[in-house]
Amino acid sequence: MSEQSGNPGGAARTRLGVAKTYKLFVGGKFPRSESGRVYEVTDTRGNWLANAPLGSRKDARDAVVAARKAFGPWSGATAYNRGQILYRIAEMLEGRREQFTAEVAAAEGLSKAKAAARVDAAIDRWVWYAGWSDKITQVAGGANPVAGPYFNLSTPEPTGVVAVLAPQESSLLGLVSVLAPVIVGGNTAVVVASERAPLPALSLAEVLATSDLPGGVVNVLSGRTAEIAAPLAAHSDVNAIDLAGADADLAKELETAAADNLKRVLRPADATSDWSADPGVKRMLAFTETKTVWHPVGV
Amino acid sequence: MTVCYARRYAPLVTMPASSPTAPAAPPPAAPPALADATASDAALRRFLHGLPGVDAVGLEARAAQLGTRSIKTTAKAYAIDLAISMIDLTTLEGSDTPGKVRALCAKGVNPDPTDRTVPKVAAICVYPDMVATARQALDACGGQDVKVASVATAFPSGRAELGVKLADTRDAVAAGADEIDMVIDRGAFLSGRYMKVFEEIRAVKQACARAGGGDAHLKVIFENGELSTYDNIRRASWLAMLAGADVIKTSTGKVAVNATPANTLLMLEAVRDFRAATGTQIGVKPAGGIRTAKDSIKYLVMVNEVLGDDWLHPDWFRFGASSLLNDLLMQRQKLTTGRYSGPDYVTVD
Repeated sequence: MSEQSGNPGGAARTRLGVAKTYKLFVGGKFPRSESGRVYEVTDTRGNWLANAPLGSRKDARDAVVAARKAFGPWSGATAYNRGQILYRIAEMLEGRREQFTAEVAAAEGLSKAKAAARVDAAIDRWVWYAGWSDKITQVAGGANPVAGPYFNLSTPEPTGVVAVLAPQESSLLGLVSVLAPVIVGGNTAVVVASERAPLPALSLAEVLATSDLPGGVVNVLSGRTAEIAAPLAAHSDVNAIDLAGADADLAKELETAAADNLKRVLRPADATSDWSADPGVKRMLAFTETKTVWHPVGV
Repeated sequence: MTVCYARRYAPLVTMPASSPTAPAAPPPAAPPALADATASDAALRRFLHGLPGVDAVGLEARAAQLGTRSIKTTAKAYAIDLAISMIDLTTLEGSDTPGKVRALCAKGVNPDPTDRTVPKVAAICVYPDMVATARQALDACGGQDVKVASVATAFPSGRAELGVKLADTRDAVAAGADEIDMVIDRGAFLSGRYMKVFEEIRAVKQACARAGGGDAHLKVIFENGELSTYDNIRRASWLAMLAGADVIKTSTGKVAVNATPANTLLMLEAVRDFRAATGTQIGVKPAGGIRTAKDSIKYLVMVNEVLGDDWLHPDWFRFGASSLLNDLLMQRQKLTTGRYSGPDYVTVD
């Protein structure tokens, strides 16, 4: 590039900056917010980083439609196939390690080394959950002994469309820790990114788009958590909501709205939740329904 | 742009009583002139080919532009209820059973069991052998004012002898159909035998007469997707209106291209011009491919802009649809509760 013409004298050139336009991720595409709004995202010291889309109620509605459309094929895919795709996401993330390290460092006010450690933990978490895809049914399901000539088998089945409010503080590791357990079981997700630090989530959407993940399985919205979460909690076509990113007041309000349409609710953990700890299988099982089948023996 | 476009296009379609550009304009707008138009095969051909050509780009641009109107809140609520009351709830499958027809009738009378303020649909549209079942089911569940429409005349292809078509029609009328949806003979139309199509519509219209007086409403289906050009759709519209159609209908819903905003707009312009010329008001029914509340509202905007209030009534404008009703109900639930609804809250049919 240094030999490029149009640079007389070869003096030190200044390149024009190429600022990135962060966009929503809905149905495998990257639309701007339907409302046309954006808001300024800053680092922890208040320096401007980028403009992120300020999602609206209608973006949430469109995301639910996309997630509902993707639910059939995704829940019907084999567990093995879903595991491969989740592992592929980890591979793609590994290739973009530098970018995510920089974004997490800016978003959470960490040193480069600490941010890199969090990105590594996030990648490892994808791998960990990818492995669970064909094991969770064996661990959580089983054959029940019954008093009669029947096989009686219980299996965990995906719940449907899950609204996920990503944790506010942990912009990547926290996000991965709530998103991966939702989709590994065959659910589709509408994610509301951290309000203050949405950029790693919006960049993660680019990773998801290039990882063989079918469009609509994960939809990422950014904006005011309270504004986007309210219609999601009240939406009759959303089957469950994870309130990880809601504070106590908002969580109560959303839980009330969700009760109206009998939505499955996962309450937020306490404020000091440590996302680097071993997550266990709790989050995966929170978004499954146990299906039990009776089948006559000997037929 | 709109203004320029309107100026350029208006003289072509609005048919002034005495036009200086005689060759391009249709005959003077007076009933006697139109009577002459159907005097002979040659006269009919001359009349239909004398209709002004359609500006395809302008037509599509106009239809697209009318589709951009934003209809919100109270206007939207009004439009949704109006659209529901204009639906011809349709099932035209080989697999139709009496049970399915009865279920559809119950839904037509009471579209949303959780909300009794939802209006009834305009009609239930079925094959002739299901007419009696539909009538009985409607009367049984309080839908005496819901009409039964029946397709006839060898629907959907129309490939049968005239005698067969007339027998088909008489059967449906005798079974209690209030409305007959006939298909035109596209083969005859496309090969230029306009008089054959004309006579056929006339004959079917006569077959719609009921034994006890009065007659069933006749809707004439053109199958726009098979007519190939906008000019043909305009000609077919005039042909059917001259032959005595009560309603002109875009399509059967059985081919790839069904109702589109552009070809419906063209037919709306045709009925407007026909009333200006003869004083007779004709209805329009787009059918097939209208699945969302948003689409249906776009059609209502078109009706309002092209024809005005006179046609914003189930007697004069209908939607031939089945899945559209569910989307309208979900939108209605959203408006009444403030919460987005889902497909779990409407029936699967």
